[in-house]
Amino acid sequence: MRTSITLGLATALTLSVSAFAAAADTIKIAFIDPLSGPFAGTGTNGLHQYEFAADELVNKKGGVLGGDTFEIVAFDNKISPKESLIQLQVAIDQGIRYIAQGNSSGVANALTEAIQKHNRRNPEDRILFLNYSAVDPALTNDKCNFWHFRFDANADIKMDALTDVIAQDDGIKKVYIIGQDYSFGKAVAAAAVRFIGEKRPDIEIVGNELHPIGKVKDFTPYSRKIVASEADAIITGNWGADMLGLGKSVLENGYQGPIFTYYAAADGITAAFGETGEGALRLVAEGQINPPANDRAAAYYEAFKAKYPDGNISQARITNVIEMLARAIDEAGSATDVVKVAYALEGMEHENLWGGTIKMREVDHQLIQDVHIHAHTDDGITFDYDNSGYGIKVENTVSLAAMDSETSCKMRRP
Amino acid sequence: MDLILVNLIDGLVTGLLLFMLSAGLTLIFSMMGVLNFAHASFYMLGAYFAFQISLALGFWMGLLIAPLVVGVMGAGVERYGLRRVHQYGHVPELIFTFGLALLIEELVQFIWGKNQMPYEGPDILQFTAFAIAGNSIPAYKIFMIFISVAIFIGLLWVLTRTRVGMIIQAALTYPKTVEALGHNVPLIFMGVFGVGTALAGVAGVIAGPVLGTFPGMAFVLGSIVFVTIVIGGLGSLWGALVASLLIGWITTFSKAYNLRMEDLLTTFGFTKPEPIWDSPWRDLWSITSPQIADILPYVLMVLILIFRPYGLFGKRDA
Repeated sequence: MRTSITLGLATALTLSVSAFAAAADTIKIAFIDPLSGPFAGTGTNGLHQYEFAADELVNKKGGVLGGDTFEIVAFDNKISPKESLIQLQVAIDQGIRYIAQGNSSGVANALTEAIQKHNRRNPEDRILFLNYSAVDPALTNDKCNFWHFRFDANADIKMDALTDVIAQDDGIKKVYIIGQDYSFGKAVAAAAVRFIGEKRPDIEIVGNELHPIGKVKDFTPYSRKIVASEADAIITGNWGADMLGLGKSVLENGYQGPIFTYYAAADGITAAFGETGEGALRLVAEGQINPPANDRAAAYYEAFKAKYPDGNISQARITNVIEMLARAIDEAGSATDVVKVAYALEGMEHENLWGGTIKMREVDHQLIQDVHIHAHTDDGITFDYDNSGYGIKVENTVSLAAMDSETSCKMRRP
Repeated sequence: MDLILVNLIDGLVTGLLLFMLSAGLTLIFSMMGVLNFAHASFYMLGAYFAFQISLALGFWMGLLIAPLVVGVMGAGVERYGLRRVHQYGHVPELIFTFGLALLIEELVQFIWGKNQMPYEGPDILQFTAFAIAGNSIPAYKIFMIFISVAIFIGLLWVLTRTRVGMIIQAALTYPKTVEALGHNVPLIFMGVFGVGTALAGVAGVIAGPVLGTFPGMAFVLGSIVFVTIVIGGLGSLWGALVASLLIGWITTFSKAYNLRMEDLLTTFGFTKPEPIWDSPWRDLWSITSPQIADILPYVLMVLILIFRPYGLFGKRDA
């Protein structure tokens, strides 16, 4: 009995040592996002897109630094800032130096602060924050820091593009703004009020309200208010189940105008809207899916569909995160010296897989890229979402949106 | 005025849906003394089963078959799970149902994935029944009202007018005596558990297309169901109905109207501290009713527990 225990221990030890040896030439990226709970769908699909991008764009092409491969390590944060900080610590303890997170700016705000603190206290093992989706403008303004890079267009940039389209439509006289009650929802509302005021002072904002995030069972009372306000357009930053709940509810309860959204696509949302959303849903986002920008984008999407038949590429920017990080690591010549990697990322210009050239702005680490207004439709869709026949198609494009926009970021560089 | 009518209807729909969930739960609790944490999970299972069946056989077959399947599963859980755990006391039973809730959520994610399912109501009900001042009432909601009212009347009739109902009521209070009279009490327990979960299944089937069919749907509705039966009084069908409607209307109305705490406080003669953002009372002054709509039922529950611990219609101490 005793011998077998010793033997077992010895084996376990050898295994762990060999696992460690194998890990030496993989570069781990921690993916901290919700993988359970109401927003699990969004998180899981993001994880698949990361794993696919790492394999397809880096590992299959020989990796970085002459053979090191990327590995995505998933951590479930249950969309809670508190849980995220625990997972961040676990990731740091595992020696991971790259943190990717996107769902919820509330989480991103907590992470960026924690990472800044960690890097100040532990100069020997610093980490980078690759924010691929949290679009609260504060993250690249008042709360910016050297370790944070944002690959999505922030809420202000998107709202700028969205209000350009609204401003051109003379039929819109009344706008209703509704969003989730947290930093991002508030940022969307503030930006909408500001840009509409600048571009079309004649538009009346008939409603501006926030609802609890992820807790509303039934959006009917909100829809009643919206219909009663006689709004011609709705602006919302809602995502996940909150987007679907709100959208379906207003359309069912008699609302007829357009709904301008940030995230009303994929993860089951497109399929669930189906015919109801046709002509109503507009979506502002980077990354052109339909029509495909070039053959490479089409081939990439087809390969993704071959691997994940039920999946969607809903966050095109993830390919930019992976490609730019790989280039930066190669340029820096090291994956462990994140200061060098961060300097390489700063100001990097990159050929976007989804068309156009993008640039990581030095001053605030905000990626400058083309922003598109998409329509939810089944007409002219090459790559549909949720295998529903419906997808999003580019209607308008603002190239290099907000290239010269102001920022209040005062970054301290190491 | 028109809007009040519309909100009354909306609140009624929400309330009746809640009733279908709480009716089963309150019966199960009063009979077995077990808070069934997995109750909302059976509601979720109802929606998912109905979705799967509707893909092959259409919505109506889903409405017919899914609750039956859920009911049979519920009865199975009672027969082979709860009944065995019962001998160890209430805490293990509680833990058992809690674990079951987690298990069902994981199972649903394992089979159907984490995305929302495109579960739709039947085409025949995809029209606007009528409109009040531009607010359309979908026919599906009217259908929901009819189904839930029919179920309430059916339940009430069975419980108060039939032999089975009388035995159930007797078993609620004097299980030992009923057993001594030759009735099979464990079978009654199993039946009640099965019917209770089947009711939750019905609620899932008809709520799925409106509130969304996703793995978080049990979690979203889970806690409010317990609040309902505490307010209504444990074991009381009428209590469950009244409490459900009350909660439905309270939440609907407080969301539909932007009542501000500021107005309320000024009517009571308080003056608003200026500037408001420096005041320690800032959060209190800036509250609006939609923000607190979802916690109002909990406030009501606390008040009920303080002033009438056995609930609105409850007969004995909770």
